[in-house]
Formats: sequence, C-alpha cells, structure tokens
Amino acid sequence: MPTTDTEIDPVSVISENIDLRRELAESHVGEVLDQLDAELIGLKPVKTRICQIAALLLVDRVRRRMGLSSETPTLHMSFSGNPGTGKTTVAKRMAEILHALGYIRKGHLVSVTRDDLVGQYIGHTAPKTKEVLKKAMGGVLFIDEAYYLYRPENERDYGQEAIEILLQVMENQRDDLVVILAGYADRMERFFRSNPGFRSRIAHHIDFPDYSDEELMAIAETMLKAQNYHLSPEGKEAFRRYISARRALPHFANARSIRNALDRMRLRHANRHFGSNSLVSFDDLSTIEAEDVLSSGVFAASEAEARDRS
Amino acid sequence: MRMTQGCFSFLPDLTDDQIRVQVQYCIDQGYAVNIEFTDDPHPRNTFWDMWGLPMFDIRDAAAVMMEFDACRKTYGGKRYIRISGFDSTHGWEAVRISFIASRPEDEPGFNLIRQEVNGRSMRYTLQPYVTEKPEGERYGA
Repeated sequence: MPTTDTEIDPVSVISENIDLRRELAESHVGEVLDQLDAELIGLKPVKTRICQIAALLLVDRVRRRMGLSSETPTLHMSFSGNPGTGKTTVAKRMAEILHALGYIRKGHLVSVTRDDLVGQYIGHTAPKTKEVLKKAMGGVLFIDEAYYLYRPENERDYGQEAIEILLQVMENQRDDLVVILAGYADRMERFFRSNPGFRSRIAHHIDFPDYSDEELMAIAETMLKAQNYHLSPEGKEAFRRYISARRALPHFANARSIRNALDRMRLRHANRHFGSNSLVSFDDLSTIEAEDVLSSGVFAASEAEARDRS
Repeated sequence: MRMTQGCFSFLPDLTDDQIRVQVQYCIDQGYAVNIEFTDDPHPRNTFWDMWGLPMFDIRDAAAVMMEFDACRKTYGGKRYIRISGFDSTHGWEAVRISFIASRPEDEPGFNLIRQEVNGRSMRYTLQPYVTEKPEGERYGA
C-alpha cells in the first residue's frame, strides 16, 4: 500500500533506533488488542496468534519506513472452530486491527455466506460474487461456513465459479481486501483438501478451541451484566450445573447456547414475577434465581439421556 | 482534435491514481459511481452505454477501479469512457460529477456543417467525423 512514509529520506532514519512500544501506542493497535483481551474470555491461542500477526505488521511497517522494502504480506485467514466460539466477533476485531495498522483502507467487515456469492442459474454467479467483492474492497470479507461454497456431489454446482473469482481477487488485489474464511474445523479441512488453491493463498490458519465450563460461566456473567442482570448465588450454582448438562446434549454451540439459555431464563424470570401477586423490588427485577435456571428443559433432557445410556 | 466534455477535460489526461482519488471523493460524498462508454463524441449525445450497474454500497475506490480496468480492457482506445457520480439525495437527484477517464487514441474531431436557409441566413451544426461510420466501427474495431 503506498504511503507518504516513503518520502522520508531513508538515510536519516537508518541511524535512529525505533521504539516499537511507542510505535504500538501511536498506531492505536494496542487499544484494540487490549479491548480484545478484555472483552473476549478465553481463546488463548487465538489471542496469541493475533498478537503475533499484529507484531509482524507493525515491524513490517517500520521496516518499510526505513527503506527495507518487503512485499505486502498475505493476510488472508481461515478461522476454524466449533459453533459459538467467537469466530465472527474476532473477525470484526481483526478488521479494526488491520485498519489501525493501515493494511486496509476502510476497516469495515462484510459478512457473507454461500447465498450471497453463488447464483441460481448460469451467468448469475460471477456478477453476484463481484458485487460482494466490490462491497468488501478496502475492508475485510468474512465468508461464514465457507465449505458450503464447494459441493463435490454436484458437478454442475456454481460454487466453483465463485471460488475461482475469489481466488483471482485474493491473489491480484491483496492490497485492497482481506478475506477471512470461517467454518467448523473438520469440514474446513475437507474444503481445503479439495481446493488446494485456497490453502496456499491463506497465510494464517487459526483454530478456535471450545470454551471450558469456567469460561462459559464467565461469558454468561459478562452477558448478563451487559443487560443489567445478575445471578443470585444459588442461581450461579444452578447455572454451573446447567452448563455441564447442556454440554452433554447434542447441538451444543458454546457461547451461542449460553446466550440462548440466558434469553430463555430472562423469559422465565419475567413470567415468574408476572405470575406472582406480590410487589417486585429493584433487586427482584435484576436477579436471576435458581428456579429460573432449574426449570429449564435441559435438565430433564440430560436425565433422560443418562437413563437411555444406562 | 481533443474532445472536451465534463470536468477536468482541459487538463492533461488523468492518471490512474488521480482517477482513483476522484472516485474515492465521489464515494465519500455518497454518490453512486457509474462507468459509461460511447463511440459517439457529439456533445449532445447524452445516451452513453453503461458498463455494469451503478455502484453504490461500496466503500473503497478499488472496487470502481477494478470495473474501470475491465472496461478499459474491452474498450480502451476504441471508445470514450467516462466516470460519473450520481447524487441521489432529495433535491439534487442529479449527476454531480462526470469526467472522461479514457479516450480513443485518434480523435478526428468535428465537421462544421453550414446550411443556407431562408435566403441568406446560415445555420451551423457539428458532426463528428467518426459518426459517418456505423456504430462499433468508428475507432478501428
């Protein structure tokens, strides 16, 4: 990306030592990274990887200014992990980081799925894909569940056409946009195996691990706090049991399951107060009690599951 | 003879970087950016062909430059290509900027046609030399 920095006489800069800490502060990347650290619970490997990428980009920028030219690094990424592990949220942060470092000009995130890229009849796909790419220029294109693009069972599927256009733009216009592919780990693996072109054009493969029970508990508390609710001590205990019970059931989607559970708990909380004849206090309105948690169908379902197994 | 129409037409041809800056300005103003081409340079010719659709909902000039490059690949040197920005805000609803971004290598210019009417009165009109040929064959190809 052309910057005015190149106008600085390289000779005068060479003798000077660069303070990377100051460089970090000036770029405001530090703030975004701190925010990422504070707002996202767990995800250690992801955060480490993002810090590494940020460090690379920062050093690269300084190098460029000192006249040590290097090519624009490939920044296309792939996020793989189970549902609800924060892929979309991290992608949004990633856009901010890349923008703060000046690698993308606008810093917006365009989130799409197969439907937005692949057309329904011959000749429909290319304009559709191009339209999306044009929208994403200067920012980040986030393709959720990217493996749906490729359907090997249907050889006349138009997904292949979208893939070809994507690959071409990813290669030729690396300065203009960053593509992030996201999806479940095993299916992404299969997708990359059948599209080697993608694998080689993506520099960073980041795995999102599942959350532990404590992390999910912390996430739940953050979510409740954002909505001005809190769990009573018994409620907390009940919710801890809820998490382990929910995890054993099928279709467990990490933080997303937690968010849905909280929404249902709020519903039961509201109904409980609505049904009772007594007056409600300020505290009642913001406290989620154990009974709101325990009346969840998850406990019954997990008991039934345990009975089936025995 | 160099055709002059729209903004910047008395300046030397814009470079790609200059075009990019103008396009980014249009986008920042919220205009829909259009790429149009024609091989009829008459100033009264308002019906230029559009390359693709008007481009709104975009954030960066790179998207327009991609389309402009594609258009130039097909028509560069054989058509006039102009870029215009349409402002859709209420009260304007009009093209706010329009400039020639690419022109044929050879521009033969205009023929001044004189017509005598009503005795000694004269009527003048212009005809581009190229329009003597049918559409599509005017600038060699």
